[in-house]
Amino acid sequence: MTDITKEALMPPRSFLSQDAIQVFYRLLAALLICAVLAVLSDSFLSLGNILNVLRQASLTFFIASGLTLVVLTAGLDLSVGANVALSACIAGTVIHKTGSPALGILTGLACGGLVGLLNGVMVTALRIPSFIATYGMLWVLNGLTYWYMAGETLHGFPAGFRQIGSGYLFGLPIPVYLLLVFLGIGTFFAQRTVWGQEIYAIGANPVAARLSGIPVARRLLLVYAVSGTMAGLASIIFLSRLNSAEADIGESLTLPAIAAVLIGGTSLFGGVGTVFGTFIGALILTLVLNGMNLLSVSANWQPLVTGIIVILAVWLDMKTRRRAQ
Amino acid sequence: MREAAVVSVPNPLQRIPGVAIVLVLLIALFSVIAPGFLSVANLSNVLVQSTILTMLALPMTLIIMTEGLDLSMGAVLTLTSLCVAIVSLATKSMLLGLGAGLLVGTAFGVANGWLVAILGIPPFVATLGTLGMAQGLSLIVSDGQSVVGIPHSVRDIYSATLLGIPVPIVMAFVTYAAFHGLLYHTRFGTYIFALGGNREALRYAGLSPNKLLIAVYALGGAMAGIAGLLMTARMNSGHPTAGLGLEFDAIAAVAVGGTSFERGNGWLLGTLLGVLSVGVLRNGLNLISLPSSVQVASVGVLVIVALFLDGLRSRA
Repeated sequence: MTDITKEALMPPRSFLSQDAIQVFYRLLAALLICAVLAVLSDSFLSLGNILNVLRQASLTFFIASGLTLVVLTAGLDLSVGANVALSACIAGTVIHKTGSPALGILTGLACGGLVGLLNGVMVTALRIPSFIATYGMLWVLNGLTYWYMAGETLHGFPAGFRQIGSGYLFGLPIPVYLLLVFLGIGTFFAQRTVWGQEIYAIGANPVAARLSGIPVARRLLLVYAVSGTMAGLASIIFLSRLNSAEADIGESLTLPAIAAVLIGGTSLFGGVGTVFGTFIGALILTLVLNGMNLLSVSANWQPLVTGIIVILAVWLDMKTRRRAQ
Repeated sequence: MREAAVVSVPNPLQRIPGVAIVLVLLIALFSVIAPGFLSVANLSNVLVQSTILTMLALPMTLIIMTEGLDLSMGAVLTLTSLCVAIVSLATKSMLLGLGAGLLVGTAFGVANGWLVAILGIPPFVATLGTLGMAQGLSLIVSDGQSVVGIPHSVRDIYSATLLGIPVPIVMAFVTYAAFHGLLYHTRFGTYIFALGGNREALRYAGLSPNKLLIAVYALGGAMAGIAGLLMTARMNSGHPTAGLGLEFDAIAAVAVGGTSFERGNGWLLGTLLGVLSVGVLRNGLNLISLPSSVQVASVGVLVIVALFLDGLRSRA
């Protein structure tokens, strides 16, 4: 039997399987980091700090959840950070000009989604490798944002709008509720819908996926558009939490998002991983960075540590997979 | 059908029209719309400003020929530029500064090669990780500040002339000649073609593809070290964001120059013309007073168009 038929005959991936074990290990790792930090720093276990970690993790998760779908198809979206910056600046301008937060939110989501769709077109119709296409898009967006903002900073948004990023409901930050909602939607979409399973199939074996009648190009367009829309959503939360928008807000966002996806156990080679794993990945990364902050390590160390974590995560993933085979 | 058959002949000469037409079109466009573009002073300015990019784009060509990529080059250049600045400031010696830059650059290159070849991590993610590391180290060694007051011996490299030709241009020319010799006239060059085209063949011939890959990435790191010296000399300081995005200009030059991302097919002269295209584009947009943000965006568009055309050509 050829490889292609074997792959095609594989049963659909269920949540309680190899994936569940992988997620369990990662939860243990997160708890271990918590324990270490609780010993090292008195302020780690304070309510304020824990809520802060959750809020921070939710921001990384919004970007990383859409990215997870892209990575599941064996693609990559390097433009997410730059997309957040452009969407935030455009949404901020719309809110300033019209005074309507709703219109601003819609514009931010639309801008993010449109950029994602363009990425999808480059990957499917123009057949440019995704990491290069989205890397080109990164610089196009960067240039556009800096040109559009011309060194200006937008700030001061309506109080109601600022609640989205900085408000609380029953003692929990509002972004945490949004995180739960999108975690639920993402997990349901990936594990329990036909489209979600088709995305896994495309990542596992694109040829088999096409031969079994999956509209590969349309599903790919969808995942890149979702990734862009989630970047648009993240831009709204950022805008509302920072109460300001500047052209450079996206520069430090892409690497952490990729790190969260990879720590979460989604394989760069496609077809393996879960949205829930990405949530744990975002949590682990945030805990590490938060711990460095509590231990008064300069923020200058963050890119170095994030870079090392990205490489370690890929290496560990490849090692466990090689052993599993 | 007949046309398609003609196009698919793998003859490097057929690439000349593509990148040369781009360059000629850009020059023609800016001679018309940008006053002062065609002056000797400005053209020599374009050449001098293209030298740093040349030093990155040539090794990037070799790396892309192995079906690899080095996203860390700009960040590594930033770090080596800071090393040159700090060491030459402390020792008052340009050569020690260059040595430090070369050492750090080569170390990053070897690390990239090791991650890609030995650990088997996809190049774009491995070098994205080292990009973060180099960026972090740059912030750490400089504490986010510029390093100023470097010795004249470093600055003079950028402004000095040799027989009336600016030294950076001489260095870029020598680099090109060395890469040309290396790729087309040595066994190592032949192996580089094989790394992208037929890695199995190398193994059957008793060679180690891994060692060769590490050498190719190490060469990229070393060149980032030399380019770091030029960058420090040009800015007369070390700055923690000096090389931001330079790897993208290098990738743009390689892509426009007709080196394919998927078939291990490389063309150094095309890369050189690609470097000039990027240089002319940025210089011309600058002359018509468009901000650097628009230049960055147009280089992005240039890459996407070049890759699209490359894709068309490979399907034709």
